[in-house]
Amino acid sequence: MTATPLVDLQGVTRHVELPDGSTLEILRGVDLTVGPGEHVAIVGRSGTGKSTLLNILGLLDSPTSGEYLLEGEPVGRLRSRALARRRGDDFGFVFQQFNLLQGRTALENVAAPLLYARGKQFWNRTRLATRSLERVGLGARLDTRPEKLSGGEQQRVAIARALVRGPRVILADEPTGALDVETGQAIMTLLDDAASETGAALVTITHDLAIAARADRQFRLADGVLVPIHLDAPAAVAESTPMSESESAGIPA
Amino acid sequence: MTGVVGAIVEAWDELRIHRVRVLLALVGVACAVTAITGITAAVTMFGQAMQEQNERMSGRDTTLEAWSMGPAEAGTTPAEVDAIVDAVAERHKISYHSVRATTDLAVRGGESGTYVEWSAVDVDSGIITRQDLEAGRWFTESDAERLAPVLVVNQAFLDAYADGAPVTTHPKVVLEGESPVAATVIGVVPVQWNDEGPRALMLFDQAVRWFPDRVMADSYRFWVPPELADRFAEVLPRDLAAAGVPFDVQKPMADALVIDRVLQYLVLGVGGFALLLGGLGLLNIALVTVRYRIREIGIRRSFGATSGRVFFGVLMESVVATTVAGVVGVVIAVAVIKNIPIDRIFGRPLDDLPGFPFDAALVGMACAVGIGALAGLIPAIYAVRVKVIDAIRY
Repeated sequence: MTATPLVDLQGVTRHVELPDGSTLEILRGVDLTVGPGEHVAIVGRSGTGKSTLLNILGLLDSPTSGEYLLEGEPVGRLRSRALARRRGDDFGFVFQQFNLLQGRTALENVAAPLLYARGKQFWNRTRLATRSLERVGLGARLDTRPEKLSGGEQQRVAIARALVRGPRVILADEPTGALDVETGQAIMTLLDDAASETGAALVTITHDLAIAARADRQFRLADGVLVPIHLDAPAAVAESTPMSESESAGIPA
Repeated sequence: MTGVVGAIVEAWDELRIHRVRVLLALVGVACAVTAITGITAAVTMFGQAMQEQNERMSGRDTTLEAWSMGPAEAGTTPAEVDAIVDAVAERHKISYHSVRATTDLAVRGGESGTYVEWSAVDVDSGIITRQDLEAGRWFTESDAERLAPVLVVNQAFLDAYADGAPVTTHPKVVLEGESPVAATVIGVVPVQWNDEGPRALMLFDQAVRWFPDRVMADSYRFWVPPELADRFAEVLPRDLAAAGVPFDVQKPMADALVIDRVLQYLVLGVGGFALLLGGLGLLNIALVTVRYRIREIGIRRSFGATSGRVFFGVLMESVVATTVAGVVGVVIAVAVIKNIPIDRIFGRPLDDLPGFPFDAALVGMACAVGIGALAGLIPAIYAVRVKVIDAIRY
């Protein structure tokens, strides 16, 4: 008997109406399953719908058609309040531009999601946020504001914030996009380790094939269609996805 | 529970972060609340001063004035009329009542042509009209039994007939009549207006004893509970007429109260307008802040914030801010009102100085919270209408 996947997209499409009345198809029949603790990477060129897919996965957006089952439960039936609750309880987001709250310290940033939690998580938010920052190696920078932190440190704060509520799924949208290669690798190591430690599934969207190669499974999104790829077979990737030289150089041999 | 506390914590954090901008907007709100609260309190205190002034002239709330409708039954003396009125008052358990009689007595000495304003009253008159004294004392029941009349006069009387002798020396004056009598001055009342002439008060019982033919009991005052005033206004003339002494009972005019109320509405109107301007400033700041925070709102939605929570949070920012401004405004108003030199403004201290009116503080706080809610409403609606995915990319 197969266990129920944590995330299960079945034939998901997403269309938007353009101002001239035409329809833009962003996602076309996407099927994707992610199990608990699994690491999945999605690669693709800009404008292929990667972020839209991530927004749908994180309950920030809804499919036009198709089914999204979260632990077997159709999310289409959930009301907006329940969706928000599940988003807060089950998902942690890491963004390319970090998206830290300006004017607040690292500790306040990490504690911010706990303002929407209930019970012990809410009342113990400072302690939990401190522990989360210590886990990403920023225990000494609790009272530092984002503008005083380096890019890598800011992304670590963002990771601590994504982990603080103990999510089932971490959704990382280009988490290394604003970082140099070395810092990006360090951040991905941290993210992989943190996800593994907590047992959370990790879905990473990236341009960087070296980053994608760290995942258990990889997918490519092109023209709204999601197809599995094997990054140990670079020819297959190059065949279907024109990439820049720098992108190709990131493919492991 | 955690939702409400969380929203308040969030609102407070926002205020802390944007404190300079918010502070500038709140100065206007705090000033307006100070104005509304302070003026409401000042009007209350002013009203109390006016009422006390009014009560000195017309008696306390509620004093019924019974005016004589003409001569009593043939052969009834003023003393007998007084006894009938006393009996009626006693029957109705009216604790305080007093005759107001006029008399025309000459005082030996003084410059020719000097006119003395005489009044013959009962002991209760001092209580009914809040009679205060500059020196000496007011009449007591035992004074009626004294063998010589006692007088309470003003300083002009003392100056005219006793060479300004202080009351502590028990100055004596001679009242002219068929049988002249020496009267002792026991108290001095304050002047009622500038250039007031000599004025003297005598106990009615003594006046009718020494000058029975020169006393006219023009009216009586009955101090009754306000809620029973209408009933007594009907019952007293009927009972007095039945006893053979026709009186017309009038209730005091309510003009002073109406003026107070109009003044209060006027002042509240001006204060309200000032508050509205303060609120518009806050609305402006709140709208700018929300636009500036669109991405942040999107990020918070990714944390699991519901649209209701976002709405409530933005609204609370404004309400928490104006509540703090309201508290500051009320505290300033209390400090100002408590330090107003009432003696200097009203010329005399209040007998019953009212405490800072709680109503005024409540009005101030309600205005502050109300304007905060109004100023927060539009930004809150704006914040909820933002699409989450657009907000995150903003």
